[in-house]
Amino acid sequence: MSKISRRNLITTGLATAAGLSGLAVAAKLAQRHGLIPPDSGGIYGPGETLTYAAQRLLNRHAMAREFSRAQISEKPFANEVAPLGDEFQRLQAGGFAEWRLVVDGMAAHPTSFSVAELKSFPASSHVTMIGCEEGWTYVAEWSGVPLAYILDRVGALPQVRYVVYRSIQPDWWESIDMADALHPQTLVAHGMNGAELAVPFGGPLRLRVPRQLGYKSVKYINRLTLTDNLKSFGKGLGSSAPEGGYAWYAGI
Amino acid sequence: MSASSSLVESGRDHAPASTMPVIAAQKRHAAIVRLTHWLTTLAFVALLISGGEIVLSHPRFYWGETGNINRRPWLNLHLPSSRATVPTGYGFVLPDQNGWSRYLHFQAAWLAVATGLLYLIFGLVKGHFRRNLVPAPNECSVKAIGISMIRHLRFERPGKEEAWSYNVLQRLSYLLVIFVLFPLMIWTGLAMSFGFTAAFPLAARLLGGHQTARSLHFLVTILLTLFLLVHVVMIFIAGFRPRMRAMITGRATPPTE
Repeated sequence: MSKISRRNLITTGLATAAGLSGLAVAAKLAQRHGLIPPDSGGIYGPGETLTYAAQRLLNRHAMAREFSRAQISEKPFANEVAPLGDEFQRLQAGGFAEWRLVVDGMAAHPTSFSVAELKSFPASSHVTMIGCEEGWTYVAEWSGVPLAYILDRVGALPQVRYVVYRSIQPDWWESIDMADALHPQTLVAHGMNGAELAVPFGGPLRLRVPRQLGYKSVKYINRLTLTDNLKSFGKGLGSSAPEGGYAWYAGI
Repeated sequence: MSASSSLVESGRDHAPASTMPVIAAQKRHAAIVRLTHWLTTLAFVALLISGGEIVLSHPRFYWGETGNINRRPWLNLHLPSSRATVPTGYGFVLPDQNGWSRYLHFQAAWLAVATGLLYLIFGLVKGHFRRNLVPAPNECSVKAIGISMIRHLRFERPGKEEAWSYNVLQRLSYLLVIFVLFPLMIWTGLAMSFGFTAAFPLAARLLGGHQTARSLHFLVTILLTLFLLVHVVMIFIAGFRPRMRAMITGRATPPTE
Protein backbone atom coordinates (compact mmCIF):
# COMPACT_ATOMS: atom_id res chain seq x y z
CA MET A 1 0.00 0.00 0.00
CA SER A 2 2.66 2.52 1.05
CA LYS A 3 4.81 1.45 -1.91
CA ILE A 4 1.99 2.29 -4.33
CA SER A 5 1.39 5.56 -2.51
CA ARG A 6 5.01 6.57 -2.90
CA ARG A 7 4.97 5.68 -6.57
CA ASN A 8 1.78 7.70 -6.97
CA LEU A 9 3.34 10.59 -5.13
CA ILE A 10 6.42 10.56 -7.35
CA THR A 11 4.31 10.25 -10.50
CA THR A 12 2.04 13.09 -9.39
CA GLY A 13 5.05 15.24 -8.49
CA LEU A 14 6.73 14.59 -11.84
CA ALA A 15 3.51 15.24 -13.74
CA THR A 16 2.99 18.52 -11.86
CA ALA A 17 6.58 19.61 -12.50
CA ALA A 18 6.27 18.68 -16.18
CA GLY A 19 2.94 20.49 -16.38
CA LEU A 20 4.29 23.65 -14.76
CA SER A 21 7.42 23.80 -16.90
CA GLY A 22 5.25 23.07 -19.94
CA LEU A 23 3.07 26.04 -19.00
CA ALA A 24 6.13 28.25 -18.52
CA VAL A 25 7.48 27.25 -21.94
CA ALA A 26 4.04 27.81 -23.51
CA ALA A 27 3.85 31.27 -21.92
CA LYS A 28 7.33 32.18 -23.27
CA LEU A 29 6.42 30.93 -26.75
CA ALA A 30 3.07 32.72 -26.64
CA GLN A 31 4.79 35.96 -25.63
CA ARG A 32 7.29 35.65 -28.47
CA HIS A 33 4.61 34.96 -31.07
CA GLY A 34 2.34 37.73 -29.85
CA LEU A 35 -0.37 35.45 -28.50
CA ILE A 36 -0.89 37.28 -25.19
CA PRO A 37 -3.63 39.94 -25.27
CA PRO A 38 -3.00 43.28 -23.52
CA ASP A 39 -5.80 42.59 -21.01
CA SER A 40 -4.29 39.26 -19.92
CA GLY A 41 -3.99 40.35 -16.29
CA GLY A 42 -6.73 39.79 -13.72
CA ILE A 43 -8.96 36.84 -12.95
CA TYR A 44 -10.24 36.46 -16.51
CA GLY A 45 -6.74 36.66 -18.01
CA PRO A 46 -6.29 32.88 -18.46
CA GLY A 47 -9.53 32.44 -20.43
CA GLU A 48 -8.87 35.55 -22.46
CA THR A 49 -5.34 34.46 -23.33
CA LEU A 50 -6.50 30.96 -24.29
CA THR A 51 -9.20 32.39 -26.55
CA TYR A 52 -6.93 34.90 -28.27
CA ALA A 53 -4.01 32.47 -28.68
CA ALA A 54 -6.22 29.62 -29.91
CA GLN A 55 -8.01 31.83 -32.44
CA ARG A 56 -4.78 33.35 -33.73
CA LEU A 57 -3.27 29.89 -34.19
CA LEU A 58 -6.39 28.82 -36.12
CA ASN A 59 -7.37 31.91 -38.09
CA ARG A 60 -4.32 34.13 -38.73
CA HIS A 61 -4.95 34.17 -42.49
CA ALA A 62 -8.56 33.01 -42.55
CA MET A 63 -11.20 35.19 -44.20
CA ALA A 64 -14.39 36.28 -42.47
CA ARG A 65 -17.46 34.62 -44.00
CA GLU A 66 -18.71 36.50 -47.06
CA PHE A 67 -22.29 36.53 -48.26
CA SER A 68 -24.07 37.11 -51.56
CA ARG A 69 -25.58 40.50 -52.32
CA ALA A 70 -29.01 38.84 -52.07
CA GLN A 71 -28.31 38.23 -48.38
CA ILE A 72 -27.73 41.91 -47.57
CA SER A 73 -30.09 42.94 -44.76
CA GLU A 74 -32.93 45.12 -45.98
CA LYS A 75 -33.07 47.06 -42.74
CA PRO A 76 -29.66 47.11 -41.08
CA PHE A 77 -29.69 48.26 -37.48
CA ALA A 78 -27.55 51.27 -36.53
CA ASN A 79 -26.61 50.94 -32.89
CA GLU A 80 -26.93 54.03 -30.74
CA VAL A 81 -23.90 56.23 -30.13
CA ALA A 82 -23.31 58.99 -27.62
CA PRO A 83 -24.57 62.39 -28.85
CA LEU A 84 -22.25 63.65 -31.58
CA GLY A 85 -20.04 66.51 -30.42
CA ASP A 86 -19.77 70.09 -31.72
CA GLU A 87 -16.62 69.34 -33.71
CA PHE A 88 -18.35 66.46 -35.47
CA GLN A 89 -21.38 68.58 -36.29
CA ARG A 90 -19.18 71.38 -37.64
CA LEU A 91 -17.37 68.90 -39.93
CA GLN A 92 -20.66 67.30 -40.94
CA ALA A 93 -22.09 70.70 -41.89
CA GLY A 94 -19.12 71.10 -44.24
CA GLY A 95 -19.81 67.75 -45.89
CA PHE A 96 -16.77 66.26 -44.10
CA ALA A 97 -14.52 68.12 -46.57
CA GLU A 98 -12.28 69.08 -43.65
CA TRP A 99 -12.30 65.63 -42.00
CA ARG A 100 -8.73 64.33 -41.67
CA LEU A 101 -7.49 60.84 -40.86
CA VAL A 102 -4.15 61.36 -39.14
CA VAL A 103 -1.68 58.48 -39.40
CA ASP A 104 1.20 58.76 -36.94
CA GLY A 105 3.45 56.69 -34.73
CA MET A 106 5.98 54.24 -36.15
CA ALA A 107 5.74 55.26 -39.78
CA ALA A 108 8.45 56.47 -42.17
CA HIS A 109 6.07 59.15 -43.50
CA PRO A 110 3.48 60.12 -40.90
CA THR A 111 0.73 62.06 -42.62
CA SER A 112 -2.98 62.72 -42.75
CA PHE A 113 -5.58 62.01 -45.43
CA SER A 114 -8.80 63.73 -46.36
CA VAL A 115 -11.89 61.64 -47.07
CA ALA A 116 -11.59 62.58 -50.76
CA GLU A 117 -7.97 61.35 -50.86
CA LEU A 118 -8.98 58.08 -49.22
CA LYS A 119 -11.76 57.66 -51.78
CA SER A 120 -9.20 58.08 -54.58
CA PHE A 121 -7.15 55.14 -53.28
CA PRO A 122 -7.73 51.61 -54.61
CA ALA A 123 -10.99 50.45 -53.02
CA SER A 124 -11.99 47.04 -51.84
CA SER A 125 -15.38 45.75 -50.78
CA HIS A 126 -16.96 42.73 -49.15
CA VAL A 127 -20.41 41.57 -48.12
CA THR A 128 -19.93 40.51 -44.50
CA MET A 129 -21.85 40.19 -41.28
CA ILE A 130 -21.46 42.64 -38.45
CA GLY A 131 -22.47 41.31 -35.08
CA CYS A 132 -22.84 42.98 -31.74
CA GLU A 133 -21.73 41.42 -28.47
CA GLU A 134 -25.39 41.81 -27.49
CA GLY A 135 -26.29 39.08 -29.99
CA TRP A 136 -27.83 40.83 -33.00
CA THR A 137 -26.43 40.78 -36.53
CA TYR A 138 -26.91 42.20 -40.00
CA VAL A 139 -25.25 41.71 -43.37
CA ALA A 140 -24.03 44.65 -45.48
CA GLU A 141 -21.62 45.42 -48.28
CA TRP A 142 -18.73 47.50 -46.99
CA SER A 143 -16.31 49.37 -49.21
CA GLY A 144 -13.20 51.32 -48.43
CA VAL A 145 -9.41 51.34 -48.48
CA PRO A 146 -7.69 48.25 -47.07
CA LEU A 147 -5.86 49.30 -43.91
CA ALA A 148 -2.86 47.35 -45.25
CA TYR A 149 -2.68 49.76 -48.20
CA ILE A 150 -2.55 52.77 -45.88
CA LEU A 151 0.10 51.13 -43.70
CA ASP A 152 2.16 50.46 -46.81
CA ARG A 153 1.68 54.00 -48.09
CA VAL A 154 2.87 55.65 -44.87
CA GLY A 155 5.83 53.27 -44.63
CA ALA A 156 4.91 51.37 -41.47
CA LEU A 157 8.10 50.31 -39.72
CA PRO A 158 8.75 46.57 -39.47
CA GLN A 159 8.55 46.61 -35.67
CA VAL A 160 4.92 47.80 -35.66
CA ARG A 161 2.79 45.26 -33.77
CA TYR A 162 -0.49 47.09 -33.23
CA VAL A 163 -2.57 49.77 -34.89
CA VAL A 164 -4.42 52.04 -32.45
CA TYR A 165 -7.43 53.82 -33.91
CA ARG A 166 -9.53 56.58 -32.43
CA SER A 167 -12.98 57.97 -32.93
CA ILE A 168 -13.61 61.69 -32.90
CA GLN A 169 -16.01 60.81 -30.08
CA PRO A 170 -14.29 61.07 -26.68
CA ASP A 171 -12.96 57.93 -24.95
CA TRP A 172 -13.65 55.71 -27.95
CA TRP A 173 -10.53 54.04 -29.20
CA GLU A 174 -9.46 50.52 -30.07
CA SER A 175 -6.43 48.62 -31.30
CA ILE A 176 -5.81 45.52 -33.38
CA ASP A 177 -2.79 43.29 -33.91
CA MET A 178 -1.06 42.96 -37.29
CA ALA A 179 -3.02 39.77 -38.13
CA ASP A 180 -6.10 41.98 -38.36
CA ALA A 181 -4.38 45.21 -39.42
CA LEU A 182 -2.81 43.60 -42.50
CA HIS A 183 -5.83 41.40 -43.18
CA PRO A 184 -7.30 42.06 -46.65
CA GLN A 185 -10.85 42.42 -45.27
CA THR A 186 -9.91 45.11 -42.74
CA LEU A 187 -11.00 48.39 -44.32
CA VAL A 188 -11.04 52.08 -43.61
CA ALA A 189 -14.64 52.00 -44.81
CA HIS A 190 -16.25 54.99 -46.50
CA GLY A 191 -19.11 53.22 -48.28
CA MET A 192 -21.93 50.86 -47.36
CA ASN A 193 -24.39 49.03 -49.63
CA GLY A 194 -23.25 51.02 -52.67
CA ALA A 195 -23.74 54.44 -51.08
CA GLU A 196 -21.68 56.75 -48.92
CA LEU A 197 -21.30 55.49 -45.39
CA ALA A 198 -24.12 57.19 -43.50
CA VAL A 199 -23.48 58.85 -40.16
CA PRO A 200 -25.55 56.40 -38.06
CA PHE A 201 -23.38 53.56 -39.44
CA GLY A 202 -20.09 55.38 -38.79
CA GLY A 203 -19.65 57.80 -41.68
CA PRO A 204 -17.57 59.44 -42.92
CA LEU A 205 -14.97 56.83 -41.89
CA ARG A 206 -15.27 53.62 -39.93
CA LEU A 207 -12.61 50.99 -39.36
CA ARG A 208 -14.29 47.75 -40.40
CA VAL A 209 -12.79 44.62 -38.77
CA PRO A 210 -15.06 41.78 -39.89
CA ARG A 211 -13.35 38.99 -37.94
CA GLN A 212 -14.25 40.65 -34.65
CA LEU A 213 -17.43 41.92 -33.01
CA GLY A 214 -18.95 45.26 -33.96
CA TYR A 215 -17.39 47.16 -31.09
CA LYS A 216 -13.99 46.77 -32.75
CA SER A 217 -15.40 48.47 -35.87
CA VAL A 218 -15.08 51.97 -34.42
CA LYS A 219 -17.18 54.73 -35.98
CA TYR A 220 -15.95 58.24 -36.97
CA ILE A 221 -12.23 57.44 -36.95
CA ASN A 222 -9.84 60.36 -37.30
CA ARG A 223 -6.51 58.94 -36.14
CA LEU A 224 -4.42 55.81 -36.63
CA THR A 225 -1.32 55.32 -34.49
CA LEU A 226 1.24 52.63 -35.32
CA THR A 227 3.00 51.17 -32.30
CA ASP A 228 5.01 48.25 -31.00
CA ASN A 229 3.57 48.50 -27.51
CA LEU A 230 0.13 49.25 -26.08
CA LYS A 231 1.33 50.07 -22.57
CA SER A 232 1.46 53.82 -23.14
CA PHE A 233 -2.11 54.09 -24.43
CA GLY A 234 -4.79 54.81 -21.85
CA LYS A 235 -4.52 52.40 -18.94
CA GLY A 236 -2.33 50.08 -21.01
CA LEU A 237 -5.06 47.52 -21.59
CA GLY A 238 -5.07 47.96 -25.36
CA SER A 239 -8.26 49.94 -25.87
CA SER A 240 -11.18 51.67 -24.20
CA ALA A 241 -13.16 48.40 -24.19
CA PRO A 242 -11.19 46.73 -21.34
CA GLU A 243 -11.28 50.01 -19.44
CA GLY A 244 -15.07 49.65 -19.56
CA GLY A 245 -14.94 45.99 -18.55
CA TYR A 246 -15.05 44.43 -22.03
CA ALA A 247 -12.45 42.19 -23.63
CA TRP A 248 -9.82 43.69 -25.93
CA TYR A 249 -10.02 40.74 -28.31
CA ALA A 250 -13.52 40.34 -29.70
CA GLY A 251 -13.15 37.41 -32.11
CA ILE A 252 -15.66 35.53 -29.96
CA MET B 1 -4.24 10.84 -3.71
CA SER B 2 -4.53 7.38 -2.23
CA ALA B 3 -3.85 4.24 -4.17
CA SER B 4 -7.42 3.04 -4.09
CA SER B 5 -8.88 6.29 -5.36
CA SER B 6 -7.10 5.87 -8.66
CA LEU B 7 -9.02 2.64 -9.19
CA VAL B 8 -12.11 2.86 -11.27
CA GLU B 9 -15.69 3.41 -10.20
CA SER B 10 -17.12 0.30 -8.64
CA GLY B 11 -13.67 -1.10 -8.15
CA ARG B 12 -15.23 -4.52 -7.83
CA ASP B 13 -13.67 -5.92 -10.98
CA HIS B 14 -10.32 -4.32 -10.47
CA ALA B 15 -9.66 -4.47 -6.75
CA PRO B 16 -6.20 -5.91 -6.29
CA ALA B 17 -6.01 -8.96 -4.07
CA SER B 18 -4.10 -7.00 -1.45
CA THR B 19 -6.97 -4.55 -0.92
CA MET B 20 -9.60 -5.53 1.55
CA PRO B 21 -12.75 -6.49 -0.38
CA VAL B 22 -15.07 -4.68 2.05
CA ILE B 23 -13.33 -1.36 1.47
CA ALA B 24 -13.14 -1.96 -2.26
CA ALA B 25 -16.88 -2.60 -2.41
CA GLN B 26 -17.53 0.76 -0.79
CA LYS B 27 -15.97 2.63 -3.70
CA ARG B 28 -18.70 4.15 -5.83
CA HIS B 29 -17.22 6.92 -8.01
CA ALA B 30 -13.63 7.16 -9.24
CA ALA B 31 -11.63 10.23 -8.25
CA ILE B 32 -11.62 11.53 -11.84
CA VAL B 33 -15.40 11.18 -12.08
CA ARG B 34 -15.86 13.12 -8.83
CA LEU B 35 -13.35 15.81 -9.78
CA THR B 36 -14.79 16.34 -13.27
CA HIS B 37 -18.35 16.24 -11.89
CA TRP B 38 -17.72 19.17 -9.55
CA LEU B 39 -15.60 21.14 -12.02
CA THR B 40 -18.41 20.77 -14.55
CA THR B 41 -20.91 21.91 -11.93
CA LEU B 42 -18.82 25.01 -11.25
CA ALA B 43 -18.38 25.78 -14.96
CA PHE B 44 -22.07 25.15 -15.72
CA VAL B 45 -23.30 27.50 -13.00
CA ALA B 46 -20.89 30.21 -14.21
CA LEU B 47 -21.99 29.66 -17.83
CA LEU B 48 -25.68 29.74 -16.91
CA ILE B 49 -25.47 32.98 -14.90
CA SER B 50 -23.22 34.81 -17.37
CA GLY B 51 -25.20 33.46 -20.34
CA GLY B 52 -28.43 34.69 -18.77
CA GLU B 53 -26.92 38.14 -18.32
CA ILE B 54 -25.79 38.20 -21.96
CA VAL B 55 -29.27 37.19 -23.17
CA LEU B 56 -30.73 40.16 -21.27
CA SER B 57 -28.89 42.55 -23.59
CA HIS B 58 -31.02 41.19 -26.44
CA PRO B 59 -33.76 38.86 -25.15
CA ARG B 60 -35.05 38.02 -28.64
CA PHE B 61 -34.24 35.05 -30.88
CA TYR B 62 -34.18 34.63 -34.65
CA TRP B 63 -33.62 31.94 -37.27
CA GLY B 64 -31.13 32.21 -40.11
CA GLU B 65 -28.08 34.42 -40.36
CA THR B 66 -29.30 37.85 -39.32
CA GLY B 67 -31.50 39.20 -36.57
CA ASN B 68 -31.89 42.57 -34.92
CA ILE B 69 -34.67 44.78 -33.64
CA ASN B 70 -35.70 45.58 -37.22
CA ARG B 71 -36.58 41.91 -37.70
CA ARG B 72 -39.33 39.79 -36.22
CA PRO B 73 -38.02 37.30 -33.68
CA TRP B 74 -39.42 33.77 -33.49
CA LEU B 75 -39.11 34.07 -29.74
CA ASN B 76 -39.37 37.19 -27.63
CA LEU B 77 -38.76 36.49 -23.95
CA HIS B 78 -40.55 39.71 -22.99
CA LEU B 79 -37.94 40.37 -20.34
CA PRO B 80 -36.49 43.75 -19.39
CA SER B 81 -33.26 44.42 -21.27
CA SER B 82 -29.90 45.92 -20.39
CA ARG B 83 -30.04 47.96 -23.62
CA ALA B 84 -32.23 50.98 -24.28
CA THR B 85 -32.39 50.11 -28.00
CA VAL B 86 -34.41 46.93 -27.39
CA PRO B 87 -38.18 47.58 -27.37
CA THR B 88 -39.26 45.62 -24.29
CA GLY B 89 -42.36 47.47 -23.12
CA TYR B 90 -40.73 48.06 -19.76
CA GLY B 91 -40.08 51.62 -18.70
CA PHE B 92 -36.58 50.92 -17.40
CA VAL B 93 -33.25 49.61 -18.63
CA LEU B 94 -31.22 47.10 -16.62
CA PRO B 95 -27.55 47.81 -15.86
CA ASP B 96 -25.09 46.52 -18.47
CA GLN B 97 -23.42 43.34 -17.19
CA ASN B 98 -22.03 42.06 -20.48
CA GLY B 99 -18.38 42.94 -19.85
CA TRP B 100 -17.69 40.56 -16.97
CA SER B 101 -20.39 38.17 -18.19
CA ARG B 102 -18.57 37.63 -21.48
CA TYR B 103 -15.16 37.32 -19.79
CA LEU B 104 -16.60 34.79 -17.30
CA HIS B 105 -18.59 32.94 -19.97
CA PHE B 106 -15.54 32.17 -22.09
CA GLN B 107 -13.28 31.37 -19.15
CA ALA B 108 -15.92 28.95 -17.80
CA ALA B 109 -16.31 27.51 -21.30
CA TRP B 110 -12.57 26.73 -21.37
CA LEU B 111 -12.89 25.07 -17.95
CA ALA B 112 -15.89 23.03 -19.16
CA VAL B 113 -14.10 21.93 -22.34
CA ALA B 114 -10.86 21.02 -20.52
CA THR B 115 -12.84 19.11 -17.89
CA GLY B 116 -14.84 17.38 -20.59
CA LEU B 117 -11.67 16.29 -22.39
CA LEU B 118 -10.19 14.89 -19.17
CA TYR B 119 -13.43 13.00 -18.50
CA LEU B 120 -13.64 11.75 -22.09
CA ILE B 121 -10.08 10.41 -22.06
CA PHE B 122 -10.63 8.78 -18.67
CA GLY B 123 -13.94 7.31 -19.77
CA LEU B 124 -12.51 5.80 -22.93
CA VAL B 125 -9.27 4.50 -21.40
CA LYS B 126 -10.83 3.03 -18.27
CA GLY B 127 -14.04 1.74 -19.86
CA HIS B 128 -16.22 4.03 -17.73
CA PHE B 129 -18.73 4.70 -20.51
CA ARG B 130 -18.99 1.06 -21.55
CA ARG B 131 -19.33 -0.25 -18.01
CA ASN B 132 -21.31 2.46 -16.24
CA LEU B 133 -23.24 4.40 -18.85
CA VAL B 134 -24.12 2.20 -21.82
CA PRO B 135 -27.23 0.25 -20.78
CA ALA B 136 -27.15 -3.54 -20.94
CA PRO B 137 -29.02 -4.91 -23.99
CA ASN B 138 -31.76 -6.42 -21.82
CA GLU B 139 -32.35 -3.02 -20.17
CA CYS B 140 -32.98 -1.38 -23.48
CA SER B 141 -36.34 -3.02 -24.22
CA VAL B 142 -39.40 -0.80 -24.40
CA LYS B 143 -40.81 -2.70 -21.44
CA ALA B 144 -37.76 -2.20 -19.23
CA ILE B 145 -37.58 1.51 -20.06
CA GLY B 146 -41.34 1.80 -19.47
CA ILE B 147 -41.09 0.19 -16.04
CA SER B 148 -38.24 2.49 -15.12
CA MET B 149 -40.24 5.49 -16.31
CA ILE B 150 -43.26 4.52 -14.21
CA ARG B 151 -41.04 4.13 -11.16
CA HIS B 152 -39.61 7.59 -11.76
CA LEU B 153 -43.03 9.14 -12.33
CA ARG B 154 -44.23 7.67 -9.03
CA PHE B 155 -41.17 9.24 -7.37
CA GLU B 156 -40.31 5.81 -5.99
CA ARG B 157 -37.21 5.73 -3.90
CA PRO B 158 -34.70 3.60 -5.82
CA GLY B 159 -33.77 0.20 -4.47
CA LYS B 160 -30.48 -0.70 -2.81
CA GLU B 161 -28.95 -1.94 -6.06
CA GLU B 162 -29.14 1.56 -7.52
CA ALA B 163 -26.66 2.80 -4.95
CA TRP B 164 -24.10 0.85 -6.98
CA SER B 165 -25.23 1.32 -10.50
CA TYR B 166 -27.22 3.69 -12.70
CA ASN B 167 -30.69 2.67 -13.89
CA VAL B 168 -31.54 2.67 -17.58
CA LEU B 169 -33.16 6.11 -17.70
CA GLN B 170 -30.24 7.57 -15.81
CA ARG B 171 -27.80 5.97 -18.24
CA LEU B 172 -29.68 7.21 -21.28
CA SER B 173 -30.01 10.76 -19.98
CA TYR B 174 -26.34 10.93 -18.94
CA LEU B 175 -25.33 9.69 -22.39
CA LEU B 176 -27.60 12.29 -24.00
CA VAL B 177 -26.11 15.10 -21.93
CA ILE B 178 -22.49 14.00 -22.39
CA PHE B 179 -22.51 13.01 -26.05
CA VAL B 180 -25.28 15.13 -27.56
CA LEU B 181 -26.13 18.24 -25.53
CA PHE B 182 -22.64 19.27 -24.40
CA PRO B 183 -21.12 18.87 -27.90
CA LEU B 184 -24.08 20.82 -29.35
CA MET B 185 -23.48 23.57 -26.80
CA ILE B 186 -19.83 23.86 -27.82
CA TRP B 187 -20.65 23.76 -31.52
CA THR B 188 -23.43 26.37 -31.38
CA GLY B 189 -21.26 28.56 -29.15
CA LEU B 190 -18.30 28.46 -31.52
CA ALA B 191 -20.62 29.06 -34.50
CA MET B 192 -21.35 32.52 -33.05
CA SER B 193 -17.65 33.46 -32.95
CA PHE B 194 -16.56 35.56 -35.93
CA GLY B 195 -12.94 34.55 -35.39
CA PHE B 196 -13.86 30.86 -35.32
CA THR B 197 -16.20 30.88 -38.32
CA ALA B 198 -13.51 32.67 -40.34
CA ALA B 199 -11.39 29.52 -39.93
CA PHE B 200 -14.35 27.09 -39.99
CA PRO B 201 -17.24 28.66 -41.94
CA LEU B 202 -19.12 25.36 -42.04
CA ALA B 203 -19.59 25.53 -38.26
CA ALA B 204 -22.17 28.28 -38.81
CA ARG B 205 -23.40 27.28 -42.27
CA LEU B 206 -24.26 23.67 -41.36
CA LEU B 207 -26.45 24.89 -38.51
CA GLY B 208 -28.32 27.29 -40.78
CA GLY B 209 -26.67 30.55 -39.76
CA HIS B 210 -25.42 32.72 -36.94
CA GLN B 211 -28.84 33.48 -35.42
CA THR B 212 -29.95 29.85 -35.68
CA ALA B 213 -26.79 28.93 -33.76
CA ARG B 214 -27.71 31.50 -31.11
CA SER B 215 -31.29 30.17 -30.88
CA LEU B 216 -30.08 26.56 -30.59
CA HIS B 217 -27.53 27.61 -27.96
CA PHE B 218 -30.44 29.00 -25.95
CA LEU B 219 -32.70 25.97 -26.48
CA VAL B 220 -29.98 23.51 -25.46
CA THR B 221 -29.39 25.66 -22.36
CA ILE B 222 -33.01 25.06 -21.43
CA LEU B 223 -32.63 21.30 -21.92
CA LEU B 224 -29.45 21.25 -19.81
CA THR B 225 -31.12 23.32 -17.10
CA LEU B 226 -34.07 20.91 -17.08
CA PHE B 227 -31.60 18.05 -16.77
CA LEU B 228 -29.94 19.82 -13.83
CA LEU B 229 -33.31 20.32 -12.09
CA VAL B 230 -34.39 16.70 -12.55
CA HIS B 231 -30.92 15.52 -11.55
CA VAL B 232 -31.06 17.46 -8.27
CA VAL B 233 -34.65 16.38 -7.53
CA MET B 234 -33.66 12.74 -8.11
CA ILE B 235 -30.73 13.15 -5.70
CA PHE B 236 -33.19 14.27 -3.02
CA ILE B 237 -35.57 11.40 -3.77
CA ALA B 238 -32.79 8.83 -3.73
CA GLY B 239 -31.34 10.26 -0.54
CA PHE B 240 -29.40 13.50 -0.53
CA ARG B 241 -26.74 12.60 2.05
CA PRO B 242 -25.63 9.20 0.70
CA ARG B 243 -25.63 10.42 -2.93
CA MET B 244 -23.65 13.54 -2.05
CA ARG B 245 -21.28 11.49 0.07
CA ALA B 246 -20.71 9.13 -2.85
CA MET B 247 -19.94 11.98 -5.25
CA ILE B 248 -17.66 13.79 -2.77
CA THR B 249 -15.81 11.00 -0.99
CA GLY B 250 -16.33 8.25 -3.56
CA ARG B 251 -17.89 5.97 -0.97
CA ALA B 252 -21.47 4.78 -1.18
CA THR B 253 -21.73 3.80 2.47
CA PRO B 254 -20.24 5.59 5.45
CA PRO B 255 -16.86 4.37 6.67
CA THR B 256 -17.36 1.53 9.12
CA GLU B 257 -14.97 2.80 11.79
